Amino acid sequence: MALIELSGIERRFLLGDTTVHALAGLNLQIDAGEYVAVMGPSGSGKSTLLNLLGLLDRPNEGTYKLEGRDVTTLSPDEQATVRSTRIGFVFQSFHLVPRLTAAENIALPMTLAGIPAVERNKRVAQALKDFGLENRADHKPDQLSGGQRQRVAIARATIMQPALILADEPTGNLDRHTGEEVVNLLEALNAKGVTLIVVTHDQGMGARARRQLVMEDGRLKADSRAASISNLAEISG
Amino acid sequence: MRLADTLRFARDAATGYPMRTTLSVLAMSIGVAAVVILTALGDGARRYVVGQFSSLGTNLIIVLPGRSGTGGFNPANAITSTPRDLTIDDAGSLRRLPGTRRVAPLAVGTSEINYGGKLREVMVAGSTAEFIPIRNFEIAQGQGLPEEDWNRGSSVAVIGAKIREEMFGANQAIGQLVRVGDRRLRIVGVLKSTGQGLGMNTDELVIVPVSLAQAMFNSNTLFRIMIEANSRDAIPSTKERVMETLKQRHRGEEDVTVITQDAVLATFDKLLGALTLAVAGIAAISLAVAGILVMNVMLVAVTQRTGEIGLLKALGATSRTIRLAFLAEAAMLSAVGALVGYLLGQLGAFALRQFFPVFPAYPPDWAVIAGLTTALATGLIFGVMPARRAARLDPVQALMKH
Repeated sequence: MALIELSGIERRFLLGDTTVHALAGLNLQIDAGEYVAVMGPSGSGKSTLLNLLGLLDRPNEGTYKLEGRDVTTLSPDEQATVRSTRIGFVFQSFHLVPRLTAAENIALPMTLAGIPAVERNKRVAQALKDFGLENRADHKPDQLSGGQRQRVAIARATIMQPALILADEPTGNLDRHTGEEVVNLLEALNAKGVTLIVVTHDQGMGARARRQLVMEDGRLKADSRAASISNLAEISG
Repeated sequence: MRLADTLRFARDAATGYPMRTTLSVLAMSIGVAAVVILTALGDGARRYVVGQFSSLGTNLIIVLPGRSGTGGFNPANAITSTPRDLTIDDAGSLRRLPGTRRVAPLAVGTSEINYGGKLREVMVAGSTAEFIPIRNFEIAQGQGLPEEDWNRGSSVAVIGAKIREEMFGANQAIGQLVRVGDRRLRIVGVLKSTGQGLGMNTDELVIVPVSLAQAMFNSNTLFRIMIEANSRDAIPSTKERVMETLKQRHRGEEDVTVITQDAVLATFDKLLGALTLAVAGIAAISLAVAGILVMNVMLVAVTQRTGEIGLLKALGATSRTIRLAFLAEAAMLSAVGALVGYLLGQLGAFALRQFFPVFPAYPPDWAVIAGLTTALATGLIFGVMPARRAARLDPVQALMKH
């Protein structure tokens, strides 16, 4: 069964008098454990797609099934619960809470979900170890390097053991070397079975994914999986 | 989110923006401090007046000539418009009434005292031996007026402390002969200095026998009759009997007014209590202003932390969680403000008491409780709107603002 099943998705924005089709007639299936890169020029609808997959946004039309369950009709609070338990976000600009320490930032999703402090501390300690942040636990984000910040953000995204990780330009604010480290971390998570969807401009990074989606004007211009089956020449040409 | 976590989150959020937090706490604390200090002033005034009245004497009943009646115009009043004077005999008749412990007639006027070439205008009170104990005056030297027939006053006087000092300086005053008006009087006693009170200032008073004073001022009337009842419970019945006796003596006409200290006290108590309440109401306005400021600060907080709210939503926070977090922060600001204000207010009241020791500036309990609860309530009520705004933010828009 597919983890994600989008059918007939439409997302329109009203900009002044004109309606912009951010997503138009989108059909997409992503299986559990896949590693997908979403690419395309600015304004092609990549971010809108990611927000939609992360239940931060609703389509105007179409259905979105996550793990076989139609999530487009859920109430905002039900969607919040799905986000809390099934989805992890990694952002380009890290989005750490500046006044909280690294450990507190990592614990934040558990705190919001109401998990007791004892359990939280145990899981945070493990996460700090896994991500090589043991001696950075009490540092505030502004005392961390960019790579460390993104590691904290990834630790936070995985702390609730989600089925799906959505990463929006995760290496966009990092130099080549630390970017490489972060990608390795994400790929290691994917290797453990977490579905990974990365939005990126970086051709090199996109190429590392097992499946590439190319978006243009709100439509899926190319899908490497479909292409491998039918017409590979189209994306290469 | 668990309650403890919500509170810790709100605390960290508040301390994360020290300037903003300090200002709103300050506004709230000024509001609460205003309530505490102003009601301390109001209630202090009430206590002061009540205390002064009590010092007039205990269980006091006062008879005034004339009917300061209630009930508006009445044809009977129009005919008998000239009230009968109060006389020494009227006062004497009251001495035998059950329930009265002491009776003192009082005639007053101004005259001049003359000794050794020094001349001074004085207030002369004509009364009897019992006047001094009824009014709780104390004798510093010598003794009070002699016990004697009220109609045959001997030529003696008791003088106030200030007069003694001005007329005699360091010399012995007791036993000296002074001239008061056209009389030569021997000084038998000096009153202890009491300072300015609500009643007459005894420091500049000369007390002489009542018949002497009437002769001096060429009048038969009394200014007041003062009666001390046996006990507080005896006051109403004694008042009735006094009224009845005087009515009989004045051919069935109620042409005197009898007031009790209790009634006067109760009136002042009520009046000044209302004043305190009014002052508290005015101070409460500053609390409302502080509440609006807390709202403003929280609205700024929502704007400032839009990105954070978006993040919290992305991490799975429900609207309720976000609403509670912001509400807790508003409640915390007003609670801390209320507490600081309470301490400031108590400090202010303490300072007032230090500077004016006679003025009992203690804030009443009801005002303190009302002030604190109003502060908390306004903080919460004005926190609701920003909290709802935060909870309603669109996560995608909010995340883009980060």
